[in-house]
Amino acid sequence: MDDVRTVPNTSRRFVDILHERPEVILSILLFIVLIGGWELVVRVFDVPKIIVPAPSAVIVSLIDGLRSPNFLYHFWVTFFETMVGFGLGASIGLLLGGIIGQFPLLERTLYPYVVAFQTIPKVAVAPIIVIWFGYGISSKVVITATIAFFPVLANTIVGLRATPLDQLELLVAYTANRWQTFWKVKVPQALPYIFVGLDVAIVLAVIGAIVGEFVGAQAGLGYLIMQRNFSMDMAGTFAILVVLSIMGMALHGIMQMIQRRIVFWMEPAEDRVMGA
Amino acid sequence: MTATIARVERRYAPPPFNPTVSADGEVLIEINGLNKIYHGRDGAAIHALSGINLSVADGEFVTIVGPSGCGKSTLLKILTGTLRKTAGRITIRDREIDGPSRDLGIVFQAPVLLPWRTILENVMLPIEVQRLDAPKFRERARALLRLVGLQGFEDKYPGELSGGMQQRVGICRALVHDPALLLMDEPFGALDAMTREQMNLELLRIWQENRKTVMLVTHSIPEAVFLADRVVVMSPRPGRITDVIEVDLPRPRALSMINSTAFGHYVEIIRTHFTASGGID
Repeated sequence: MDDVRTVPNTSRRFVDILHERPEVILSILLFIVLIGGWELVVRVFDVPKIIVPAPSAVIVSLIDGLRSPNFLYHFWVTFFETMVGFGLGASIGLLLGGIIGQFPLLERTLYPYVVAFQTIPKVAVAPIIVIWFGYGISSKVVITATIAFFPVLANTIVGLRATPLDQLELLVAYTANRWQTFWKVKVPQALPYIFVGLDVAIVLAVIGAIVGEFVGAQAGLGYLIMQRNFSMDMAGTFAILVVLSIMGMALHGIMQMIQRRIVFWMEPAEDRVMGA
Repeated sequence: MTATIARVERRYAPPPFNPTVSADGEVLIEINGLNKIYHGRDGAAIHALSGINLSVADGEFVTIVGPSGCGKSTLLKILTGTLRKTAGRITIRDREIDGPSRDLGIVFQAPVLLPWRTILENVMLPIEVQRLDAPKFRERARALLRLVGLQGFEDKYPGELSGGMQQRVGICRALVHDPALLLMDEPFGALDAMTREQMNLELLRIWQENRKTVMLVTHSIPEAVFLADRVVVMSPRPGRITDVIEVDLPRPRALSMINSTAFGHYVEIIRTHFTASGGID
């Protein structure tokens, strides 16, 4: 009886995946349908390629780009700005968050200013920063840092307050001083929150670098988008969007990997509800 | 047997009006005129503890029992230094303590283990915080974990252990720095009845081996009697000591004693106090 119902191994595995993680299959299917439909619409209705390029044209442009040292140079400039700006913004956010989180009075004094700073759209500030720091890489790094700074700061402050009272009492009762309490329980407890902030910040950092390059730059993928737009190279512009999207996803993935390593005692972030 | 009960009755039939009790032997901790007044949000004063006097001898096992709101946990929190007293004096070996002290080992109601530390690292926490000789005490930590049957779990994380095992780790952590006094705040309250009995036996075994002075807060009368040399009975509003009962059951204690007449009699005496003061939680 059982033999009759036995399904060949490979198709059974496929069925298992379909049952356990149907979203994976559905995502891939959706991707194929969307890209295929797009390609079809562009070809059937003969849409001008300066308005919407066909996915095939985007892929060709992408491959051309990846082969050309010029494109790679622009990629590295943007990547560099993103990483350095993120590093700078996140470091300042961590440091300031650590200090503010330790002193409630300081938090109450400074936080209105921090929020005021955050409500100013960074895009609006970008031209000023370009004037102050020039058309080179440094202005992009500063713009990226101002964007990456806030989520790290906010989550660090919230995280440092997240320590359960009984853990604080444990440390106090065993005669721990402020410094020991900070490093031995408050920081580990804040880590899951800090990683949420870092994860948001690194994705925003890519946006920061591109915005900075839009305002005024001599290199970078944002600069290249402007250039290609002027020459009506739509496929080329889309190819850059693909690269930027992959870069953002890769950075997000790496951040999650690091988080799982460091905050090993916690469930992955997707499964929990956490702070800002 | 009847003689024992008669003796108990003779000694405790009239509730003692003077709650100050001096223990036999060398006094380890002495609490004098301890008061705690909380101020509520509306400014009303809540008298949580009123005139607590208690001496505990070196090596003695004292349990503190009372209905909720009698201030027994407040008393323990003041002893651990996590709560300020309003008035009174606490001395350990004639040295006044006011705030957290290195002479204490503390077991909380929940195990309160740090999930990012291994079991051994959790036990070593007091050593790290107090900057004691880590290599020396690491051996002691391992020995304590062996004593509670957790050998082989040193490198596991708290999440991998059951509630009872976690509380055992908490006991090891409380003993690792060799404190003079072990304070336990309803340590087995969160465990199921079976595990709780096992933990009581285990605690007595550890106590027998270490001969630490123990003060344990509980709301279970049988548990208080089973463990103690003396049971301190507290009553609420304001929290004060209404009686101190010496438990004359032989040691080592066995679970079978719970069914003995003498045991039942001790439980009865304590319960009478509770019903007199308005019931138990």
